[in-house]
Amino acid sequence: MDKTPEIKKDLALQKMRAELEGKRGQEYWRTMDEVSHSPEFQAWFEDEFPNRKDLLTLDRRTLLKFAGASLALAGLSGCRGVFLPEEKLVPYVKAPEEMVPGKALFYASAVTLAGYATGVLVEQHEGRPIKLEGNPDHPASLGALGSISQAEVLNFYDPDRLETVVEKEEISTWEEFQRVLSKQLESHVATGGKGVSALFGAITSPTLGSLIGQFQKKFPAAKIYSWEPVGRSSVTAAVTSVTGKPGVPVYDFSNAKVVVSLDGDFLSNSDNPGALVYARQFSASRRVVGTSGEMSRLYSIEANSGLVGAMADHRYMVKPSQVYAAACALASALGVTAPAGEAPGALKADLAAIVKDLKAHVGHSVIVAGEHQPVEVHTIAFLMNNALGNVGKTVKFVTSPEVSAGFGTISDLAKDLSTGLVDILYISNSNPVYTAPSDLKFAENLSKAKLKISLASSVDETSKLCDWTLPLAHSLEVWGDARSFEGTATIMQPIIAPLFDGRSEMEVFSTVLGVNRGGFDLLRTFWKTSGLGAGDFEKNWRTAVHAGMIPGTASASLAMTTLLPTLPPVSPSSAGMEASFIPDSAVYDGRFANNGWLQELPRPLTKVVWDNVVTLSPADAEELKVKTDEMVKVTTDAGEIDGIVYVLPGQAKGSVTMNLGYGRTGGGTLATIGVSNGGDQGGGFSSYKLRTSKNLAFTPITAITSLNTEQHLASTQGHSPLGGSRMPDKRDILRVGTLAGFLEAVEESKKEKDDHKRQEKIEESLKIGESPTKEEIIEGNLYPEEVFEWDGDQWGMTIDMNACTGCGACVTACQAENNISVVGKEQVAKGREMHWIRLDRYYSGSDENPEVVWQPIACVHCEKAPCEPVCPVAATIHSHEGLNQMVYNRCVGTRYCSNNCPYKVRRFNYLNWSDNQAQFTNNKTPYPTRVIPGPIKEPKPQGVQLLKLLNNPDVTVRGRGVMEKCTYCVQRINEARIESKKGGRQIEEGDILTACQQSCPSEAIVFGNIANPSSKVSKLRSDPRSYLLLEELQTRPRTSHLAKLRNPNPEITPAKKREAHS
Amino acid sequence: MAFKDAAPALTNGASVDNMGSQVFKPSANSIAHMTILAIAVLPLTVGLAVAALSRSPANTKVGVAKNQPVPFSHQHHNWELGIDCRYCHTSVEKSSYAGIPATETCMSCHSQIWTNSPLLAPIREGYASGLPVKWNKVNKVPDFVFFNHSIHVERGLNCNICHGPMQDQHITAKGNAFQMSWCLDCHRAPERYLGWNKDVAKDYPGLTPRELAFKFYWKIQTKGKGGLTQTETEIANGHYNGSDDKEEVRDGKDIVDRLGVKVQQLADCSVCHH
Repeated sequence: MDKTPEIKKDLALQKMRAELEGKRGQEYWRTMDEVSHSPEFQAWFEDEFPNRKDLLTLDRRTLLKFAGASLALAGLSGCRGVFLPEEKLVPYVKAPEEMVPGKALFYASAVTLAGYATGVLVEQHEGRPIKLEGNPDHPASLGALGSISQAEVLNFYDPDRLETVVEKEEISTWEEFQRVLSKQLESHVATGGKGVSALFGAITSPTLGSLIGQFQKKFPAAKIYSWEPVGRSSVTAAVTSVTGKPGVPVYDFSNAKVVVSLDGDFLSNSDNPGALVYARQFSASRRVVGTSGEMSRLYSIEANSGLVGAMADHRYMVKPSQVYAAACALASALGVTAPAGEAPGALKADLAAIVKDLKAHVGHSVIVAGEHQPVEVHTIAFLMNNALGNVGKTVKFVTSPEVSAGFGTISDLAKDLSTGLVDILYISNSNPVYTAPSDLKFAENLSKAKLKISLASSVDETSKLCDWTLPLAHSLEVWGDARSFEGTATIMQPIIAPLFDGRSEMEVFSTVLGVNRGGFDLLRTFWKTSGLGAGDFEKNWRTAVHAGMIPGTASASLAMTTLLPTLPPVSPSSAGMEASFIPDSAVYDGRFANNGWLQELPRPLTKVVWDNVVTLSPADAEELKVKTDEMVKVTTDAGEIDGIVYVLPGQAKGSVTMNLGYGRTGGGTLATIGVSNGGDQGGGFSSYKLRTSKNLAFTPITAITSLNTEQHLASTQGHSPLGGSRMPDKRDILRVGTLAGFLEAVEESKKEKDDHKRQEKIEESLKIGESPTKEEIIEGNLYPEEVFEWDGDQWGMTIDMNACTGCGACVTACQAENNISVVGKEQVAKGREMHWIRLDRYYSGSDENPEVVWQPIACVHCEKAPCEPVCPVAATIHSHEGLNQMVYNRCVGTRYCSNNCPYKVRRFNYLNWSDNQAQFTNNKTPYPTRVIPGPIKEPKPQGVQLLKLLNNPDVTVRGRGVMEKCTYCVQRINEARIESKKGGRQIEEGDILTACQQSCPSEAIVFGNIANPSSKVSKLRSDPRSYLLLEELQTRPRTSHLAKLRNPNPEITPAKKREAHS
Repeated sequence: MAFKDAAPALTNGASVDNMGSQVFKPSANSIAHMTILAIAVLPLTVGLAVAALSRSPANTKVGVAKNQPVPFSHQHHNWELGIDCRYCHTSVEKSSYAGIPATETCMSCHSQIWTNSPLLAPIREGYASGLPVKWNKVNKVPDFVFFNHSIHVERGLNCNICHGPMQDQHITAKGNAFQMSWCLDCHRAPERYLGWNKDVAKDYPGLTPRELAFKFYWKIQTKGKGGLTQTETEIANGHYNGSDDKEEVRDGKDIVDRLGVKVQQLADCSVCHH
């Protein structure tokens, strides 16, 4: 597609700005296309299957032939339920005591991300782990679980997992590996292990740590390195500079009234290992219940758009290199000795007000720097916290949970490799060939080692260059241990016997040590002498394993000792552009690139799936004359990459965000989909190519040049529009207000005598759109007036838009619980994504620095559902408990219901995704088929079978031609109902948690019985902020939304908006 | 008819050769009639035949004993020996699945008796090798149906009501076709099905409907099939299709009210399909 639509794209942007001019803050919009409303967009919007490359084109005769044949065959499909296949019943030989077939068992364990543990409860059906849920007792989870952690269960069933030991593309055995290794090690014993090296990721496992200690004792001259692409080395270094010991900060947002974030995303799991807890605390500190409440205030100074910026009451955009300057300016204004720096842009004007706000909340504020920020930004943030009296209250420092803190760095390793100091290199669960800084030329240097061993879960970039590749077991199938962000240790228990021949990191390292011991044995030996040994070890051990954590193992606090660390001077702002390297919120540093759930999880702000992008601010895009979907070449001193542009409103001018984790050339079918499909199916580009050891966080860009070609991105935000194609939509879809305005309206409403009037008054302060009056609504009502009433439980849900951080945990939770298929980039581009819950991202204000509102939306279970009367086969009808039921076995796929749904929450299975999992079947990379020594042959065919084990047995696996949508997790409702009936009681509050509700870190979703006036959901439905989406249609939704509130500083003159309204 | 009428006219002067130019022979009449009749009747007949066939044991396998690796007899174990259903089907009161006994359960007796029986060889071999015995599935509902044994037992439904005369079965066969309309018979009018146990309850006062469901077999044991009520006989013989007896329906209604069964809701789609 060679075209240069330069004139058009300029016009589009100008037209959009003209639309937004004068309407600022009044109206919300979702995509720039909707606002500029070009003819191309209109055509796209009206197309039933947009972005298609080809749809079957048929002449009339052929079409009729097909229609006739389909009709003739249609009758036969009805027989599927009648003629049942022969099946076998396979009972146990010896039934396990605690197992009841048909009942799920939950085991406490943990999953790790870059070493840090989050406690989980693993749902296990007949021996198969099928879903991960947060462990409510675990200090890093509190019951919630992020998308990445939840998707670990899909990693476990990954058909591309390495199954067996491989030596130079030949299948081998562990015994053979051990023989070769011990022979090699023997020759190094005399020199104390000189030339023997091991590379790890970040390790928090105390047991593995002690094994490494033993190894260092045995081979004192051996070297241990650690490399984590998005690790915490800078934050640890900063804590070391102020406390003298390697440590990490732990925040307490529940007591923070003012929060200043320095280009970080403490609400996102991909940025901060404590994100789930921080999101819980932060949302609690902003919870408004009924007509009263306080809210903390969030200032975000950032170069990259993230969840924090979207939640911020005041957002300041700076270039990546100027975050430090901004921090120094803030510090100086707070009276902290800091290098001279000038606050960039709009921040300069507001600095005094921010300082005043902070000083008014001594001991109740937090200044938090993004994990990827360089050491000095963290250090200055700590000094500011200290000056504000926050240290010991909202901020504390604890010993780093990482045992790998003192290991050598990747640069050291590259140097040692290049100078020939490394004979044997053992790489444990790390992929440096892909992730190492590009200036280290790791692949080249790696070849200089004599014996290269890689322990990996799939054949990744590094394994391909190694002599031995060892299969790494998944954490759900082996024993292990790990610490959380604040140090609490968890014993990770296996849920299932290893699927393949994999072993855990600690098991393999014990092999390296020369003793072949199982993980269970290693763990017990370690914990018997440290932590669990006091008193009855067996009892302590069982308690710890059962609870999923070891109480009292949180890291020790560190006191601030150095208050005047040396800080580098502020570098002046350059004119050129800068690129930040941010871990992807789904595929992280690339390690989850083979995970379909994560690949297809819309990224919070761009809503792009299956790709990473070069995000540009609209102003920069205009200057560079590029637009979304255009390919550009980004050049830096380190090299160049070809990426796809995404013009992101709110991106700082002069700043480019490049997510890590894409452009992989190994690691499985989905990870390498860009290589095998040339970008049509996604794959993105590798920003590691531009990342050097000097510039790990951001780098100056020399040039961005258009390649004058396009590569279509799949972004879901334009899909499923609630309104028409025209944006801003004037209807009452979003309600957003300020805390002050809301409280004022509450005060004012007290003058009114009538309850109804009082509520109306409050609602007025939150309304942005226009909605018809009650009289108009009643007059225009198309539905029968009588309201269905039935004496029994009535289910309903509320979604608090004020609490929602937009993280997307609910989307993955729903996907895991309800067997939702992955469809691939091409299908998503056609609007065929299958997620039952979506997070709509609305902007208000200018494209330069818009405010963001998240609106999670799933089927709202209308009492008078428009989908029901149009179904010709009654496949969607109401239950007595108020559920809008979808009966899959009745559905014939007319799609009338979806057409008639005003909320656009119904999903249609066009291509039998659940059975085919097409993206897994066209694998071209060879990998082991059997565990018998010999050369590797054909790709294995059982991949799809393996994925079938993941399905939730309580939910129907839907086939092609069937409509589906949110069921309010009816399988959980049914189970709770049956259990309560058997117990002779009513269903109680908390018996049913929907999957989305359960996973939500900010507790934004509440589900329950609205017929019970004392239930939480009933109370929230009568909250003054509660409103029904598109109420004027009189569909009577069972899901209500709670208005979003902001808490702007009254002393900061709003650049725009709000004042006009109110 | 037209051909017959025309025939005399042909003999009156027209050449007989003209008969050769006649397009249709007289037999065409009957063929045409039969064809028209067939078009009208055949689809109906085929439809009815397919419908009848799909509901007949040929398809539903109701009453058709299925070969098993070990010829297990419920009649012997349950009726002759008096072993309770729950001895083997351990999770029937707890879970959606009734549970198929582990090989170990068989061996709890058969390690002591019939230890050399060739019929039991697969059990012994399985126990020794650790490989499970693969039984042929007799009762099955489609994958989009979520049936839960425990709640049905909790409400006092005896096994035979769905599974046929289990205590009389030598080689297990299906007792009912498990088609949806059959499920709905009870889900729409549970009072017709729940009042059956009044007479058993007299012998065992204070027991819950769930316990009475299993006590019924003990009643057959002690009183014989002669000592049963009309409804109980139907259940014992596996022909129970709900009671129309006024008193039993009233008792059923009592149970429905006492247990708080919300009858309308029982026929909601999502109760079984989700």
